[in-house]
Amino acid sequence: MNTEILGIVFVFATTIALAIPFGKYIAKIYAGERTLLDLILGPVEKLFYKLSGIRVQSEMNWKQHLSALLTINMVWFFLGMFVLMNQGWLPLNPDGNPSQSAELAFNTTISFVVNCNLQHYSGETGVSYLGQLFLMFLQFVSAGTGMAAAAVVIIAFRERSADKLGNFYELMIKSCTRILLPVSLVVAVILLLNGVPMTFEGKDSFVSMQGDTVQVSTGPVAAFVPIKHVGTNGGGFFGANSAHPFENPNYVTNMVEMFAQMFIPIAMVFALGFYLKKRKLSWVIFGVMTIGFLLLVVPTVFSELKGNPAIAEMGIDVSSGATEGKEIRFGTAFSAFWSIATTVISTGSINAMHDSFMPMSGLAQMLAMMTNAFYGGVGAGILNFYIFIILAVFMSGLMVGRTPELMGKKIEAREMKIAMIVALLHPLLILAATALGTTLPQYTAGTLNNPGFHGFSEMLYEYTSSSANNGSGFEGLGDNTPWWNISCGIVLILSRFLPIIGPVAIAGILASKKHIPESAGTLKTDTGTFGIMIFAVIAIITALSFFPALTLGPIAEYFSMK
Amino acid sequence: MKQHILPAVRLTLVTLVFFSGIYTIIIFGIAQITPFKGRGEVIEAGGQKYYANIGQKFTEDKYFSSRPSAVDYNAAGSGGSNKGPSNAEYLAVVQARIDTFLVHNAGIKKTQIPVELVTASGSGLDPDISPKAALVQVERIAKMRNLPAGKVGDLVESNIQGPLLGLFGPSKINVLKLNIALDQLK
Repeated sequence: MNTEILGIVFVFATTIALAIPFGKYIAKIYAGERTLLDLILGPVEKLFYKLSGIRVQSEMNWKQHLSALLTINMVWFFLGMFVLMNQGWLPLNPDGNPSQSAELAFNTTISFVVNCNLQHYSGETGVSYLGQLFLMFLQFVSAGTGMAAAAVVIIAFRERSADKLGNFYELMIKSCTRILLPVSLVVAVILLLNGVPMTFEGKDSFVSMQGDTVQVSTGPVAAFVPIKHVGTNGGGFFGANSAHPFENPNYVTNMVEMFAQMFIPIAMVFALGFYLKKRKLSWVIFGVMTIGFLLLVVPTVFSELKGNPAIAEMGIDVSSGATEGKEIRFGTAFSAFWSIATTVISTGSINAMHDSFMPMSGLAQMLAMMTNAFYGGVGAGILNFYIFIILAVFMSGLMVGRTPELMGKKIEAREMKIAMIVALLHPLLILAATALGTTLPQYTAGTLNNPGFHGFSEMLYEYTSSSANNGSGFEGLGDNTPWWNISCGIVLILSRFLPIIGPVAIAGILASKKHIPESAGTLKTDTGTFGIMIFAVIAIITALSFFPALTLGPIAEYFSMK
Repeated sequence: MKQHILPAVRLTLVTLVFFSGIYTIIIFGIAQITPFKGRGEVIEAGGQKYYANIGQKFTEDKYFSSRPSAVDYNAAGSGGSNKGPSNAEYLAVVQARIDTFLVHNAGIKKTQIPVELVTASGSGLDPDISPKAALVQVERIAKMRNLPAGKVGDLVESNIQGPLLGLFGPSKINVLKLNIALDQLK
């Protein structure tokens, strides 16, 4: 096995091995059990609650949870608009970057509040250091929001009383302080040891060996990059994101950043099993997710290593594969692996330019976001998968002629309606927005960086990334226009909050239902058969909804290149 | 919703101070005790200070060329070409790079040119080239500098950084370090 493939296998295996015990730790946190960090962080959190006038002892039902969640998100939005639209004159702006326009600030703020981190600006010129630090704050709390919502769903499985689903503020804060913060600090130290900058001095300059004067953007990068991955946010400090040598200087940092983004989403799956004392269910979910993930990874790595046939025709040595948009230090294979990991997990950080990937790889990246549940983002992954579980329970119930039940709770018309709305929202947003963009070429055609089928893929990718709250892009798209800023912003809001409201509502409604003890007639949810059922539901929904659009983009491009 | 507004505003301010402020200060503090002091890896050569990880534009024939860059090695505005693989205009650019390379490297056959040397990186600041991409330039460098090709080839070999721990990832050569060493070669 060559060293590039070995690097991938090593990172993936290590991530899973460490995610299992960490899942146990996460379960302890949400169960309110004692852990070592209580000593340091306990008083800090108490201070937070005291200064905010919050009583975390009062537990909430699902409606109160959502009300608290939406309110605080709205506060972040308004504060974000203010900071970004005024950063030009606010302190910590050594590079003298301008304030953002209203529509760009709208897009940027929404995008960071909803954990997407789609960026229609470049970090070097688009934000001040204050702006960066504020966006970093959003990277913590938006990840915490998703995790808190997932925690409510997990708690609701276990609780018999629907009024006691924990306290939203406590779940959110503890997700940030106990889970995201410690991991980010460890990652930051590793990055610092490998030469990632952490300075406030603004641009540096040097004269190159050939005599050109070169300006070098720096900044507090080592604080920003860890939470960008740990919280599966993905917004880059620089325009080139984790392809930039200051964000990701070598193979060690590359492995650590890969680990950092996959670690918590996988750990959340195991946390569910530990919390509910149903470890087998975790393995079934993990199995389905992993099979889906590998089905996307293997063809992508293969197609990138094979390289661009149009360049091969020119008669040069293409044994390194498709190298356009990729960095030498990571290698072609790992960049291909990263591109799928980051789209599956909703991070959206990149270490190579997705726009320049081969058509079949672009297809896999989009499918990863269209599914959006193979691991998924911190919190959001569990929420999305929960919807697929509900659908699978219902369908299997119908197939064998039993009342569908999930863990002793009947699934009825109301829950199914919510689940269907959430499941269909994602394709609706992506396809409707792309169709709209295609029929209004006066707003979109001029922004495309590539002609033909690939140009269509750029649009499809942008809306897919928005709706999946992913944040990566076919970055050739000239997306800082009112059309893209506003249309993506609207897609972002709908695709973030409805998929949070839906699962939390279902979980709350189920929690208030009477518990039916398990019997011989109960459909078992922690078996391989049920796993296959979930997989089938996911495959059918994604394939049926997205296949026609994919045919117009990457599939057509693939066949046009033969 | 009303009863949540005040706590939400207060909690936002408190956590903002913590995650934007205190967290940043902690990491800034840790940076001061690390070897690079949070300033990136710096190399000094010939009285000049360079960043080891920020690639530079090398186009003169006496230096080993770095990879093409979509942003012309502008370290204040990183980025890739974002050209799709089937884009005819892009393919013409690659073809032109191949032709230019052949003009500057007489005696090299087309099949010896590795694809990474005629395609742009993602950041536009790639500090590295592959060992193959350096070796294919050895003849040109030797001729330009009146050095025996064997000596230049040895220099390339000694600058190869192998996979991490010999196990993980690709081999590469830092172009800046290679060219600094080349200037010192007698």
